[in-house]
Amino acid sequence: MKTIVRDDGFHLDDLAEEVFISLEELKLGVETPVCLHLANDADPAELPMFFPWLKLVRIPFPNFADGRGFSLAARVRQLGYTGRLRADGHLIADQYPQVRRSGFDEVAIDELHAARQPEFQWKMRTGWRGTSYQQRLLNSG
Amino acid sequence: MYKYSEFDESFVRARVTEFRDQVARRIDGSLTEEEFKPLRLKNGLYLQLHAYMLRVAIPYGTLNSRQMRQLAMIADRWDKGYGHFTTRQNVQYNWPKLADVPDILEALADVSMHAIQTSGNCIRNVTADHFAGAAADEIEDPRPIAELLRQWSTDHPEFQYLPRKFKIAVTGSPKDRAVTRAHDIGIRMVRNSSGEPGCEILIGGGLGRTPMVGKVVRDFLPTGDLLPYIEAILRVYNLQGRRDNKYKARIKILVHETGLEELKQQIEAEFAARKALFPGINMKLIENLESAFAPPGHDPKPFHNFIDRTRHDPAFRAWAGTNLSEHRIAEYSIVTVSLKPVGGTPGDATSKQMNLLADLAERYAHDELRVSHEQNIILPHVAKSDVPKVFDLLNGAGLATANVGLISDIIACPGMDYCALATARSIPVAQEISKRFDELRLEREIGPIKIKISGCINACGHHHVGHIGILGLDRKGVENYQITLGGDATENAAIGERAGPGFSASALVPALERLLDAYLENRAGPDESFIESYRRLGSLPFKTALYPSDTRIAA
Repeated sequence: MKTIVRDDGFHLDDLAEEVFISLEELKLGVETPVCLHLANDADPAELPMFFPWLKLVRIPFPNFADGRGFSLAARVRQLGYTGRLRADGHLIADQYPQVRRSGFDEVAIDELHAARQPEFQWKMRTGWRGTSYQQRLLNSG
Repeated sequence: MYKYSEFDESFVRARVTEFRDQVARRIDGSLTEEEFKPLRLKNGLYLQLHAYMLRVAIPYGTLNSRQMRQLAMIADRWDKGYGHFTTRQNVQYNWPKLADVPDILEALADVSMHAIQTSGNCIRNVTADHFAGAAADEIEDPRPIAELLRQWSTDHPEFQYLPRKFKIAVTGSPKDRAVTRAHDIGIRMVRNSSGEPGCEILIGGGLGRTPMVGKVVRDFLPTGDLLPYIEAILRVYNLQGRRDNKYKARIKILVHETGLEELKQQIEAEFAARKALFPGINMKLIENLESAFAPPGHDPKPFHNFIDRTRHDPAFRAWAGTNLSEHRIAEYSIVTVSLKPVGGTPGDATSKQMNLLADLAERYAHDELRVSHEQNIILPHVAKSDVPKVFDLLNGAGLATANVGLISDIIACPGMDYCALATARSIPVAQEISKRFDELRLEREIGPIKIKISGCINACGHHHVGHIGILGLDRKGVENYQITLGGDATENAAIGERAGPGFSASALVPALERLLDAYLENRAGPDESFIESYRRLGSLPFKTALYPSDTRIAA
């Protein structure tokens, strides 16, 4: 089972039993709220009409050095999504502030990774608010 | 000069603490080597051929005497007493120990400096015209924009894991001394038809194995829109740049494969969406940055002594002819201190030389120094009446080489002597060229010329944009040097054309001699420079000189 990292530390995955559907499947229409797996090369332009039907959007990080997910998350937020946004995969504790500042709410990591980078290493980085140049520049307008 | 805010100060300190922790976590196994690598790169730490190398940022090439003295102190205390100034306005230390690096970063933070984002697949140190704020031909000082971009790009959450490195350069002069056309993004500060200040934005320039000249993606962007626009470019690149092949991962390949028009539309669409949410940069912020770079209190004085010395001292006259540039105030000069002594390593400076340069800056140059992408140091504001004194002091320290813009003012990458990627030596080649043309006493006769040398296809020595470019390759274990001709790094940027088969290390300098003899024979007159002759005559006479026995060329 995956470990979920949030600002207050490690959690069990409350969505472990959920079936995640793809953007293509979502576009065919759904009848109840779903969890979406948004591939990191997907175009989210048509996503807004489905926002009310989304329990969570999961963006995969196949490798921690592949930064597409950061921009995709920022784009999804820019489109107006305010629901739960999860980064899933190989992310390291050092990236936690970037994950949060790009718009994600949480990170899902596998067990081995959680053992190698235990909770305290992530919690050291949960004070990510108010520490960025970008926020300062954004607030200057 | 820009002074660190409390935020800057606390940011660089926090970064040192974070890196200390990362080094410890690498040692205890929390971080794998693969995971640690981008973290150390983002803090300037490379693994080179023989040792670690620390690359320190000199944002937009500007520093003061205190900072220069600290660079000298670091060289003495933690390295081998020298530093190497690079083509991206950085300084590199070639022999630091991993355990010392956090202390070195701390020492940099003490003088408002850092090594953040000087390596790795992120937005690198933003470079600018090294004559910024001093050049007679400048429209606007590019440094406020460069500082704005430094702040914006530092630890930007979206753009720390890009497909590849990303370089931005800014110029505020129509005369491009910042090679903006060979950068991922080039920014030229311009005025529109109604006289309002703004920027022309170029994208997709770059050298490396696929050299490309940057293309205009926006001919006029109001300065207030700069951040959302640059952010739009980066977002499109981050999402669409290739990640399957590191040699095709730069934005120039995306521009090439997607097409400028299509990419431009995507950027504009992203910009429109971004701008709707981005309140825009407060113009007050830009004004504050502008006032941070306000000119120093110039004190125009008569300079009879300068004129007398020029008249009576041929050595001074020769140096003044090459190493001084026109300042926007007639009573001042821009002094370029050559780090290219005959037979020396281009760009190297000892701690003693750094300290002397710091002293000169403090006493005679309003406490300012610059690092140029041509690997020289500049004193941007020297009163002409002080220039003779400055010359004498430089001369006493072996820093008065009168060769700026001449054949021995060579850009060279570190090459096989230091670099893990290099396929051939480049520093010894530069040394040999400068020694040979010094022996021949031909340097002055040949006049202005740019020779640039790279020790591998990654082109850190900018060989593609050298009037004569030299690329060192490995051919079955033997060094082989290819020559390109006709490159240009200025506003008329051009990629040099490969002349023909490469030369062995021992055949290279004789080949260059033949090439330059051909120039001297064929030029219209002493006023026609090498590149002008090349443009007028085409490559034929030069190729014939390089390959005299190759009948195919003449045919």
